[in-house]
Amino acid sequence: MAISKEKILEDLKQKFSDNILDMTVQFGDDIIHIKKEALLDIVNFLKEDPYAFTMLLDLTCVDYQGEEERFEMVYHLFSLSLNQRLRFKARLQQNDCKIVSLTPIFKNANWLEREVYDMFGVHFAGHPYLRRLFMYDGFEGHPLRKDYPLRKQQPKIHLR
Amino acid sequence: MKYRIQQEAREGTMLINMGPSHPAMHGTTRVMLELDGEKIINCELEMGYLHRGFEKICENKTFFNMLIYTDRMNYVSPLINNTGYVMTLEKMLGIEAPERAQYIRVILNEFSRVCDHLTALAAMCMECGAFTVFLYMMKAREYIWDLMEQTTGARMTTSFIRVGGVRSDFPSDWKKTTRIAIDETRKVLKDCHGLMSKNKIFLNRTRDVAIVTSELAINYGWTGPCLRSTGVNYDVRKAFPYLVYDQLDFEIPLGERGDNFDRYMVRMQEMEQSLRMVEQCMAKIPRPSSSSEPVTKGLEPAEAIKASRTKKPEERIKLSPNLEGTEKEKYPGILSGKKYIVPPKEDTYTNIEGLISHFKLFMSGHGIRPPKGEAYFAVEGGSGELGFYIISDGTDKPYRLHLRAPCLHIVAALEEIVRGNYLADIIPTFGSMNMIGGELDR
Repeated sequence: MAISKEKILEDLKQKFSDNILDMTVQFGDDIIHIKKEALLDIVNFLKEDPYAFTMLLDLTCVDYQGEEERFEMVYHLFSLSLNQRLRFKARLQQNDCKIVSLTPIFKNANWLEREVYDMFGVHFAGHPYLRRLFMYDGFEGHPLRKDYPLRKQQPKIHLR
Repeated sequence: MKYRIQQEAREGTMLINMGPSHPAMHGTTRVMLELDGEKIINCELEMGYLHRGFEKICENKTFFNMLIYTDRMNYVSPLINNTGYVMTLEKMLGIEAPERAQYIRVILNEFSRVCDHLTALAAMCMECGAFTVFLYMMKAREYIWDLMEQTTGARMTTSFIRVGGVRSDFPSDWKKTTRIAIDETRKVLKDCHGLMSKNKIFLNRTRDVAIVTSELAINYGWTGPCLRSTGVNYDVRKAFPYLVYDQLDFEIPLGERGDNFDRYMVRMQEMEQSLRMVEQCMAKIPRPSSSSEPVTKGLEPAEAIKASRTKKPEERIKLSPNLEGTEKEKYPGILSGKKYIVPPKEDTYTNIEGLISHFKLFMSGHGIRPPKGEAYFAVEGGSGELGFYIISDGTDKPYRLHLRAPCLHIVAALEEIVRGNYLADIIPTFGSMNMIGGELDR
């Protein structure tokens, strides 16, 4: 029997009561704010039956410049058997923007985390090959940070 | 920093570049290969050659202006991108398009999907040596683009789907054009089935090459035809029905082995399903709220402005957003949500309410302002789940916009699945993945 969304959220609340900061609903989407230390445990817990959130739909980051916990990692998980999407959010400090990598669990996290590293400068502990995905080697700064100017130009690099 | 492939290189192997200017790499991807003879023992992909900073641009554009950037994501099926973006906004604004507009959207979406699959397969077949199939499929696409052109006024950069509905109604003879497009596409599909589906050369290069199991596909976050080719039944149109897809009768073709041939076959069958859907929509679409004849009689805009100085002109005005005669009477059928739509031009030019609502839409700091919050909405794009994740801070610009590009997840798997295959296998494998540079690199 399919498990309802309420039941999943209830189970999560019970199991990870210390690590879940807040649960909200916006425009019909469920958002779960978690502590960044608990990310791996929660994802591992949800990946197993009966929840089977086996697909990492999306992984991205948001820059809230000016706030102490500046970066917010956003994870979209999807369960094929339950047909449910869940969104997890974890805040990172500006001077310690590091979070555990999901590459051991989801293979597409490899590229998605490289993209976030490229665009925001967030580091992922345990990532096998953290290299810029879109920008070239030698590019300075992280373009999607709010303090990176829209029209900034970088000097041309030499052909290698 | 040395590339991973250089770090891991073994003694006595050859490192070779494929792309970014290799014709089979579609111009925007570089594959680095470590070869032992003809066998690939290691592979690394480099991309970003088409990176235009889509997400950064979006943070600095208003919600209305951004629509044109979504055309340039997946440039083979721009209408699906438009729909995805607009429906995310509609989800935040809490408005829904009128029924006729929803049918128009579905018809154009399904035709876009056919275009997308046609282009992907045409390129794939051509790279395997079947140039005839390429030409045939381009021919079919041309018939579909006739309808697109007549309706949207553009072949690629359509920007046709608007918040609250669509930009204009179908032209008066759209059913004829659609009928021709469907029939010609069916003919082409039959021909291509005959040319490719049992072709020994094609089968040798695609059957049991680059097999992807369903577990691997799910782990990589595959969606769309590529996921379905591994036998997983997931389609956004069925799982999270949007528009009028829940009222249409269609099947989801599934593959069995998850090899290149299955990815080809699933796309071929999906096109037939899309054409079926268009036929159903043609029968079900509600009548337009006024006659679909373009208005040719009426005042010229300049005369109307002159006349409006003394009193409100009674006669109709020729000018309209699509330059085909006024469309004001059609608005109830194709647009809803008064605050978020561009008012008809004759209203803007001749009465104060129209002028005010026009300015309210385009002045900076006004316009479309979704409430504070965030939303994720996904549509079924040509190559998978196309999701928009928008964070709004209550102003007319998004605080953050993220596009979930389906082909990023699919192409991410290439490194792993070509390993152990031959060099020549990359080409049909990469072709079957339907890599779209604009969407991959954003």
